[in-house]
Amino acid sequence: MRCAVLVFPGSNCDHDLYKAANSVEGMEAEYIWYTHDTLEGFDAVLVPGGFSYGDALRAGALAARAPVHKALQCAAASGIRILGICNGFQILTECGLLPGALHRNSGLRFVCDSVSLEVSNTETCFTTGYAGKTDLPIQLPIAHGEGNYTCDPETLQKLEENGQIVFRYSGSNPNGSLADIAGITNETGNVLGMMPHPERAMSAWMGSADGRIIFESLRQ
Amino acid sequence: MLKGIVTVSLKQDVLDPQGLAVQHSLQSLGYSEAQNVRIGKSIEIWLDESDLKKAELRLRKMCEALLVNSVIENYQIEILELPLELEE
Repeated sequence: MRCAVLVFPGSNCDHDLYKAANSVEGMEAEYIWYTHDTLEGFDAVLVPGGFSYGDALRAGALAARAPVHKALQCAAASGIRILGICNGFQILTECGLLPGALHRNSGLRFVCDSVSLEVSNTETCFTTGYAGKTDLPIQLPIAHGEGNYTCDPETLQKLEENGQIVFRYSGSNPNGSLADIAGITNETGNVLGMMPHPERAMSAWMGSADGRIIFESLRQ
Repeated sequence: MLKGIVTVSLKQDVLDPQGLAVQHSLQSLGYSEAQNVRIGKSIEIWLDESDLKKAELRLRKMCEALLVNSVIENYQIEILELPLELEE
């Protein structure tokens, strides 16, 4: 499976994501610079975390309109799997591939921690590997200042009804996000955005290997 | 040239933790009358355009295309006609 790791000015989790994907058997990652106008030939697109364009205007706003965004829209429309992590999630909401918006954490602080997460839907192409997992909730790291997910009540209802809420914070909610949302998919299920960092939880020595399951599910 | 000023504010039902922190700080400085502080932003854009209506239409398009996230933000547009000597 060929994966594109998008790189914007200010991305800083691109190397982690590249290494994480390449560490999964059968996955092959490649960096794709934000000026590219095509993503043809890739089976998946990974949008990394960081501070693209220094969060100018709004987190993810400028990256969502960078030259590669048209190719990203085409990839999403053709059913290619797209995973956006942290700033990648913000970019996917800003470019309209995912509903809602992410704004400043309710506690105003940048949160850097390991959190417990409930996997609310194990039937998406990103989460099938969690289906048989007994060691729950899962643990993944977070590191963000603007992870407070919000949307209007109708959108929330749709997200709930369609099973688009994939990850929820379990126990305490670190950023005030609506309905404890930590990750959602689009309606067709081929685009996932999440604030936690699975690429930082690939092996036990990293504190958790729970993130690897997302990449392994994605590969199938 | 015309000068456009776009004022972007968070929608009323969106929590503004930054505004809340500033409100607490104002109150601790003795400004106990300060209530419901909301923080937005102001974007100034010079336009190479002399027609007010066209300028407003273009500014609206800019807001929809990039400047404003309509999920959480509202905006207002103001356009200033500047005296000729200021244009040079």
